[in-house]
Amino acid sequence: MSTLLIRGGRVIDPAQGIDQVDDVLVRDGRVAAIGRSDGVADQTIDATGLLVSPGLIDMHVHLREPGREEDETIETGTRAALAGGFTSVACIPNTEPPIDTQAAVEFIHQKAARADTCNVFVVGCVSRNREGKELAEIGQLVEAGAVAFSDDGAPVYDAELMRRAFEYCRMFDKPILAHEEVLELSRGGVMNEGLVSLVLGLTGMPAAAEEVMIGRDIALSEVTGGRLHVMHVSTSGGVALIRAAKARGARVTAEACPHHFTLTDEGLRGFDSNHKMSPPLRTAADVEGIIAGIVDGTIDCIATDHAPHAPEKKMLELDRAPFGILGLETAVGLTVTRLVSPGKIDWSRMIEAMSTLPARILGVDRGTLRPGAVADITVIDPNLSWKVDVKSFQSKSVNSPFDGWTLQGRAVATIVAGRVKYRLGRE
Amino acid sequence: MLQSERVPAGWHHRHLLDLERLTGDEIRLLLDTAALFKEATDHCRRKLSVLTGSTVVNLFFENSTRTRTSFSLAARRLGADVVDFSASTSSLSKGESFIDTARNLEAMGIDAVVVRHSTPGTPHLLAQHLDVGVINAGDGPHEHPTQGLLDIFSIRERLGDLTGVTVGLVGDIAHSRTARSNLWGLLKLGAKIILCGPPTLVSQRWRELGVEVSHNLDDIVPRCDVLNLLRIQFERQNMRPFPSVREYAHLYAMTSDRLTRAKPDLLILAPGPINRGVEMTAEVADCRQSLILDQVTNGLAVRMGVLWLTCGPREPGAATSAAATAGAASLPHRSHS
Repeated sequence: MSTLLIRGGRVIDPAQGIDQVDDVLVRDGRVAAIGRSDGVADQTIDATGLLVSPGLIDMHVHLREPGREEDETIETGTRAALAGGFTSVACIPNTEPPIDTQAAVEFIHQKAARADTCNVFVVGCVSRNREGKELAEIGQLVEAGAVAFSDDGAPVYDAELMRRAFEYCRMFDKPILAHEEVLELSRGGVMNEGLVSLVLGLTGMPAAAEEVMIGRDIALSEVTGGRLHVMHVSTSGGVALIRAAKARGARVTAEACPHHFTLTDEGLRGFDSNHKMSPPLRTAADVEGIIAGIVDGTIDCIATDHAPHAPEKKMLELDRAPFGILGLETAVGLTVTRLVSPGKIDWSRMIEAMSTLPARILGVDRGTLRPGAVADITVIDPNLSWKVDVKSFQSKSVNSPFDGWTLQGRAVATIVAGRVKYRLGRE
Repeated sequence: MLQSERVPAGWHHRHLLDLERLTGDEIRLLLDTAALFKEATDHCRRKLSVLTGSTVVNLFFENSTRTRTSFSLAARRLGADVVDFSASTSSLSKGESFIDTARNLEAMGIDAVVVRHSTPGTPHLLAQHLDVGVINAGDGPHEHPTQGLLDIFSIRERLGDLTGVTVGLVGDIAHSRTARSNLWGLLKLGAKIILCGPPTLVSQRWRELGVEVSHNLDDIVPRCDVLNLLRIQFERQNMRPFPSVREYAHLYAMTSDRLTRAKPDLLILAPGPINRGVEMTAEVADCRQSLILDQVTNGLAVRMGVLWLTCGPREPGAATSAAATAGAASLPHRSHS
């Protein structure tokens, strides 16, 4: 019997409606009790002045392994997750080869077990080899433990295939995580289409490229009853489509990324490829639209789309550099700085968006501190002001435009199944 | 006098990357410097030695004949050595990154890099990574600052002050770096700009910068003092933005007929190469108001000025050279080679 006592923190668990200063006692990897505890534990964390949250879950992470270990590995990516306060990640299957077989899922699970860091939930491919031609063996992938399905990196282009995928996944009650993009409209694009792209002479990706596909997938979800989760919503028009679909009772959920509620396409003026991602950074009006969507719950979760790329790949001409931005180690700081500190959302909503709802959408038994639950816990210092330094990142890559930014709020302890896997300053 | 070989006090830049980020005064200084060189070299025919001992590299990742030749000649007219480096013959085809290529050249002891690339911002990235002057000779559809300067130089030579002058930029604005450099330069000098072409090539969004957008050439021709006819860049287009070349020419080619409805002293520019019969008819290209050949000569003058400003000696207290641009007509004292 091993015990861990987290003493005196502000315990927030939206799943139980809890927001109170209290102690959390963990026994044998599970939450034993929330309440004043005078007992002695094997290990104690003084959380006075800190927030104690169910472990954060990032449902959109590219771990790159297998195939692109020069960018990230399961070990480095999950270490980055721990340093960012995440006790779980869902890894997206656009690896090389893609995760479209039981063996591939098993490989991820084994590597994750060996890394012994945070939980890794596997997202399987919608289509075999991510080619968009025929369904992957979704039932077998479910048996192997896949929690959701996605061809992210690219949309499922064939509308009939997407329809079949919705119908088929319904039988397992698994969501399809959709990358929404009409490729003909974004072809050759490196950034948002707007005044900035016009002035810079860079090929733009119009908001419509994303919104047309969101519209298609909402319609397909409604006609099939399948679960659609819209990934990385970046436009205010996309938020409006999802809001209307939810009002009709559609089985639609959505996520937004910290960079999409923080940066705009103005960031491309320096031609820095760290500002290049897909979907691209949009306009200030879109940023406001995304924030409004998070505030009113149209956007259920915050996910990072953590997309590491080795420096030599990013240090290329803008049209040759790959899309992608790191996210795991700045997500909490950006969310606190951009949304909580200015009073747009409260702590409870932040934790709901970063733990409760991702767990619910993925159907995993996490995201709560209910007694008996697996003791995945994140301790956050809400007032800590810190400077982002990519050189100190756990990630193998450094492609973050936030290098040098001062952010408020940071995870100071990350606990997975009752074991303290990360403590700030004691890495 | 240009006896001091130092750059003028009003010039604080190491590089020439775009016109968007220059002030009106800086653009005037560039134009004045070019005028000085044009005069000092007897319309760009004679040679000076103000850059003797300097080496300029033409780093061209995209095909070019006239711009590269113009930069080479300009550098040689100033006494500099010129090295041509084109991507097709380089190790880029072996997978080296363009930054590594440029760093290698830099290590050979050069003073300035003239770079052309199909991707916007590439000169800006080079400028961040190199310790030598970088001159943008065209970065995709973004900017082509020396082309913009030579167009403006040619207009200014004829019309003087550009305040209130109406300039129509006609054609493939979407893919034209020349259009963008003209736009910024002309705006900063107080000209009025009309962008004209089909909506697939001329976005309404340009209005946000305070310029007029028109899709009707016949409507704007009578109002323009200058027309700059830009080439249709078929090579940069994903999908042809108009139904046929025939239809484009019908709507947007400058013809003798349209010329009759223009102001009598309308000036015609074209950055070249021109597609005769598409952007303009042969009669218009060769008409008396055409500045097309002036543009070529002035290109040399502008590039001499730009090279001198970016690789000329820069010592503390360089203020003496302010006189150099103050209308001094005489040559630098080391003017013969």
